[in-house]
Amino acid sequence: MTDERASGPPGAAGVAPQAAIGHSERDVAIASQWQLTRWAFRRHKLAVVSLWVIGALYLLSIFAEVVSPFDPTQQNRRAVYHPPQMIHFIDRTEEGIRLRPYVYEMDRQRDQRTLAVTYVPSGEKTYLAFFGRGDAYKLWGLFPAERHLLVPVNPRDGFYLFGADRLGRDMFSRVIYGTRISMSIGLVGVAISLVLGVVLGGVSGFYGGRVDVLIQRLIEFVLSLPTIPIWLALAAALPPDWPIYQQYFVITLIVSLVGWTELGRVVRGRFLAMKNEDFVIAARLDGASEWRIIWRHMLPSLSSHIIASLTLAIPLMILAETGLSFLGLGLTPPAISWGVLLKEAQNIVSISQAPWLFVPGGFVVLAVLAFNFLGDGLRDAADPYGH
Amino acid sequence: MIWRYILKRILWMIPFMFGVSVVSFLLIQAPPGDFLTTYIAKLGESNELLDQATIDNLRARFGLDQPLYVQYFKWVGNVLQGDFGMSFEWRQPVNELVWERMALTLLVSMATLLFTWAIAFPIGVYSAVHKYSIGDYIATTIGFIGLATPNFLLALVLMYIGVVYFGSDVGGLFSPEYQNAPWSWGKVVDLMNHLWLPMVVLGTSATASLIRIMRANLLDELHKPYVDTARAKGLSEFWLIMKYPVRVALNPFISTIGWVLPNLVSGAVITAIVLSLPLAGPLMLQALLSQDMYLAGAFVLLLSLLTVIGMLISDILLVLLDPRVRYD
Repeated sequence: MTDERASGPPGAAGVAPQAAIGHSERDVAIASQWQLTRWAFRRHKLAVVSLWVIGALYLLSIFAEVVSPFDPTQQNRRAVYHPPQMIHFIDRTEEGIRLRPYVYEMDRQRDQRTLAVTYVPSGEKTYLAFFGRGDAYKLWGLFPAERHLLVPVNPRDGFYLFGADRLGRDMFSRVIYGTRISMSIGLVGVAISLVLGVVLGGVSGFYGGRVDVLIQRLIEFVLSLPTIPIWLALAAALPPDWPIYQQYFVITLIVSLVGWTELGRVVRGRFLAMKNEDFVIAARLDGASEWRIIWRHMLPSLSSHIIASLTLAIPLMILAETGLSFLGLGLTPPAISWGVLLKEAQNIVSISQAPWLFVPGGFVVLAVLAFNFLGDGLRDAADPYGH
Repeated sequence: MIWRYILKRILWMIPFMFGVSVVSFLLIQAPPGDFLTTYIAKLGESNELLDQATIDNLRARFGLDQPLYVQYFKWVGNVLQGDFGMSFEWRQPVNELVWERMALTLLVSMATLLFTWAIAFPIGVYSAVHKYSIGDYIATTIGFIGLATPNFLLALVLMYIGVVYFGSDVGGLFSPEYQNAPWSWGKVVDLMNHLWLPMVVLGTSATASLIRIMRANLLDELHKPYVDTARAKGLSEFWLIMKYPVRVALNPFISTIGWVLPNLVSGAVITAIVLSLPLAGPLMLQALLSQDMYLAGAFVLLLSLLTVIGMLISDILLVLLDPRVRYD
């Protein structure tokens, strides 16, 4: 990451912004604010890794139909609680070593005395193919296709990377589809919070006075409410027979009702601080309208702070949706989200029999961690002149 | 001066509580239909039919036929006199149902808060003083994971470990023999034995964020000139840190009561449902689902009240502890 060019004379180090360590003084002097922000961000290695993780999760959710090997609602009585299978690549056969993906087939057996079902390796191999033919689907509901990333060569064979659930549905496919819903709820929720937070925070900071006091009290009020009881009450008010997209929209709305407060505070604080800056006064003296001052002069200079706060708000929404769906008050089957999947793990009997039902929980933790690290990195980078 | 501030702060509670009561009332009114529609549907399933006169009668008796604002003021008026109304589902006064559960909720939340402080304080100080040491990295990593794991997931994992590796069901707050027993010394001891699990489950995320806050605050203070002065005067390193920078860094710690308590109360709801604890959560969920509006309303109102009071306490403590905080 360090630049080959010398980083200027020692005396200049104190003058140059911290973000620019490793860049020459001349580079720093002509760098735009975005450039400085980017340099500062790249120094935060965890944040950079997190950005890749989040990118990967969103890629998974965009191409959910292709990545998942099976239809996530496809039930299979012969694969109830099928354990996860490892993918092997090096295939030793009589003809020699070949490189192709396969898994060991599992046979279903019933214990004669306890009647418990167990799966034992049969010794047979199930060969897999990249971009092989599988269940037909419509990509994004538009383009009919039947190729999947990795499916058994013989479509009648089973292949369970993350195991199967109590109805024999493939957990891997379900988790991938759940990723689509859970990750997008974060984005849509944040978009709603953005509008609320910027408008209310901006009005509060720009006009000050009574409006400010009123909006501040409103934010305090929302913050002091215990979120989960309120969410529960709101979610319980939804009719359970609503179609999925309607449920999805309303749950997102409920979840974003809390996310905007933090953003509102950040925007207000920045507006208050900026109100008397030279460039704002100059714009005002030039006769710019208030609308123009806000949109053209003030908002652009706090966009980096807004992006950082938004990133930190997304994990809260993901957690909220997961919690609500887990309790059965958020999204309900047939919708698939991480929370809906974890609801299956609520029963102690089923998790002791099939611990792989926890896999969606791992995804929740991964996503929330990644967003938190990314948000921290962005927040530090948002103000490249600080410290 | 300070009394005026406290008085002012307490007076602010009144519009706050008004807001909370309106929100609670609207929330429990929000579902289409009312308890009677649910009730009639239930009776209909078992082929019992009510004639319209009986229905109207019942509706009038519960006051369900009046306009919304009349129902609201009736409800609030009764609540102010300590009467939360009747639970439709349980056919009991709400008062009899909520108080023990609310008291246990308060107990679990407070115990968790103390536990959180007891853990977060030393770890936070240690990570700041030994910045970038192995201990600091371990604390930071655990902290982040704690922050990212939802309460109910942690509860599930602990339950799984309990059942699979220790062969015992770790849920509940009491052993079966004390479940319905009156309060006694034995029951208190039994409660203490069961309390640790909800405490760990609930406290983890708050502990994680408190460690981060403590560490960041202390790091800001450690390099200030007054610390150097004290060191130059020969104060031992331990007392030096405890006496000056830690005390300054403690401020935000106190103000956390304000936001940790709402989080704990929220978290307690969902954790109680997973671990089947006899707290407010499970009964509230059930009441919400069956539209038992007075019971649900009492819970939403009381839980909100709890957090608003937490906010008040933290604001007052902050002023008492730090004279620099302005009284306006």
